[in-house]
Amino acid sequence: MHAFIQYIQSYLDSNQTPGAAGNVFWAFIYILLVFVGLSVAVIAMNWLERKILAHMQVRLGPMRVGPHGLLQPIADALKLLIKEDIMPAEADGFVFWVAPFIVVLAAFTVFVVVPFGPTHAITDMNIGILFMLGVSSLSVLGIVMAGWASNSHYPLIGALRSSAQMVSYEVAMGLAVVSAILMTSLNEQGTGTLSMIGIVQAQQTQGMWFIFKFFPLGLIAFFIFAVAMIAETNRAPFDLPEAESELTAGFHTEYSGFRWSLFFLAEYSAMIAVSSIAVTLWLGGWLRPFPNFLTGPTWDLVFSLFPGFTFLFLAGMCFYSTARMPKHPLFRIQTMGLAGFGAALALIGLVLFHPQVRLRIEDIYWFCAKVAAFMYLYIWYRGTFPRYRFDQLMKVGWKILLPMGLGVLILTATVGLWPLIKQTIWHP
Amino acid sequence: MTDPNTLSPLDLETPEKPFLDANELVINMGPQHPATHGVLRVILRLDGEKVLGLECVIGYLHRGVEKIAENRTYTMFNPYVDRMDYVAAVSNGLGYCEAVEKLLSVEAPPRAQYIRVILTELNRIASHQLWLGTHALDIGAITPLFYTFRDREEILKIFEKYCGARLTTHAFRIGGLQYEAYDGFEKDVKNFLLFFAPKIDEYEELLTTNRIWLERTKKVGIISGKDCIALGVTGPVLRASGVKWDIRKAQPYANYKNFDFEIPTGQNGDTYDRYLVRMAEMRQSLRIIQQAVDGIPEGPIIAKVPKVIKPPVGEIYHSIEAPKGELGYFIVSDGSTQPYRVRVRPPSFVNLQALDVMCRGQLVADVIAVIGTLDIVLGEVDR
Repeated sequence: MHAFIQYIQSYLDSNQTPGAAGNVFWAFIYILLVFVGLSVAVIAMNWLERKILAHMQVRLGPMRVGPHGLLQPIADALKLLIKEDIMPAEADGFVFWVAPFIVVLAAFTVFVVVPFGPTHAITDMNIGILFMLGVSSLSVLGIVMAGWASNSHYPLIGALRSSAQMVSYEVAMGLAVVSAILMTSLNEQGTGTLSMIGIVQAQQTQGMWFIFKFFPLGLIAFFIFAVAMIAETNRAPFDLPEAESELTAGFHTEYSGFRWSLFFLAEYSAMIAVSSIAVTLWLGGWLRPFPNFLTGPTWDLVFSLFPGFTFLFLAGMCFYSTARMPKHPLFRIQTMGLAGFGAALALIGLVLFHPQVRLRIEDIYWFCAKVAAFMYLYIWYRGTFPRYRFDQLMKVGWKILLPMGLGVLILTATVGLWPLIKQTIWHP
Repeated sequence: MTDPNTLSPLDLETPEKPFLDANELVINMGPQHPATHGVLRVILRLDGEKVLGLECVIGYLHRGVEKIAENRTYTMFNPYVDRMDYVAAVSNGLGYCEAVEKLLSVEAPPRAQYIRVILTELNRIASHQLWLGTHALDIGAITPLFYTFRDREEILKIFEKYCGARLTTHAFRIGGLQYEAYDGFEKDVKNFLLFFAPKIDEYEELLTTNRIWLERTKKVGIISGKDCIALGVTGPVLRASGVKWDIRKAQPYANYKNFDFEIPTGQNGDTYDRYLVRMAEMRQSLRIIQQAVDGIPEGPIIAKVPKVIKPPVGEIYHSIEAPKGELGYFIVSDGSTQPYRVRVRPPSFVNLQALDVMCRGQLVADVIAVIGTLDIVLGEVDR
């Protein structure tokens, strides 16, 4: 037992990711943690999206299953699992069967390189960002397969739209990413990096998130990426492939039950994945806000208290809602459940105040908080914007975002190389 | 719905297509489809996403309302008309009651006229709200639907207080009103006016200058005023094409000549103009209601009509400006207690004819937008 604890301690003190250290055991633990965390995040996102959207739309959202509908996603998942597995008679069986798995696989595999902290990643690949873009674009294959195998008109159109959309927005997305990568090479050695951890470390050494770098170039690149990533994940206002009012449900019209839930899972984890790319590339990944302006041990302490206070705040909201619950005996179980949930959150919050935990969890907290902000944006867009038409979507992708991306890339390169250009070519 | 006589001024011939064209995809949209506003079935011929042509198949909601009329007395048929355009039931009732009154040569007393105008205009707002919500939902903006439904509730509350029903109100009787206005009716209506005027701005804030909304609605589903007249299209669709035709002004009925209001028109005849026209119409309706509620006279609410309505032999056509266009009733009386024939000219049915003209050459997504902008109610199309 003692040896085991020592083993854990020795790992925690090392400064390498398990993949880079070749430690299979820890890599496995990390994979498990990421998988569970992601599933929980998707479940939470499901509930949050319905709640937030509902409150934007003067509704209450789920209220019946559990206090404030907290158990609704679980009930839905259960329902989907026990639903009859329907495969259309004319469908191409194998392709129909394999399509959701490809989509899920692509959506989950990208998390191998997502850096939750300097050492908190499954592995640190030297081509991390390339790997992420490459694998996440594999999901289009699954979508096309799903649309084709369904052997039905609406899914086919949905799949065609989806593939065209994802392929064309990948170009703009790639250009924005390249301009961020260029920024990593602005050091004395001129060595850029594609590693996700390296990109964040470059922001750390340059003392600036890339969104503020070469203002407004970084901001524009970030904007291009932020637009492209919504299109990439087929979310409103670019949700044409699954445009409910036009194509009923797009490429997954013929899917139901568990297979459908896999598409759902993949969509949400893809959203989290692209948000983590954006956070890593432009928003400083795991770095806390204002690492340069608000320095010193006091600010370090203040910022490291954030995780605990967040959980305490959530717990406080739970307790507030508990107090507001109807006093009728029928609500007793719900009230107790909500109080218990609040208590669990408060307990986690208190644990997070412990210095040992606090300092180790801080990176993960800031990363997740930034990703959560993106998730909120996704919901906000969905509540605000109408849907683009297909040709307009293509126009935005090819005629606006692509030239913008190219321009930003060239400008970033020029500005970045300016000292060199000044030395060698330009002698006023 | 393809009568060659009515379609001759328009070029509705399908373009020549080579035999066995592999590019063409025939899609059956509806009758069960989230965006066809009921049980409309549209057969789309597509080239990729482009619409080569379409055909509407209707009749899935046919209940034989006109035939039912022949077996009911005039009074008994009155509630049935509410079930045609169920989102604008009050207008339907107004049209029917006025037609029968014309046949009987009676006129509703002034108090009844004023309350009729208030309720009808409230119903016009409710109908436009429902249109706005569903139209925006079809185009992908979810939120306006809930905003409009939240505010429509206030109108429905007034209806409920007035006659107990929210949707199929049966608010009027031949010769006047079904009920005297309840205590506080005027106050409720005035409160609604104060409440609703800023809400229109709220809807407009979400949509009118929204880039995506502009792109989705401008130059979509264009129809010229000439085509509208040729196809018999009326209502906001006609007015958005630049034709200043509103039966409330052109052939005033139900006291409308006493009220001061404008007919909003558009120029381009596209989906965006139709949107603007309907938004402006809501404001004009508020103006009319304001004038009406300020000037409600005292007096009887129903004219002296016999208990058993037996109009003299004859026929009558009476039309009103329903929220969706010209709603006409053609009633033939054989002197008995039951109409010999009732023919309804529903605006939705006639406006739906324009769908093909408006959609040809556009994309699939535009078909949805155009169905939304035509503001059809299938209960009225099929009757």
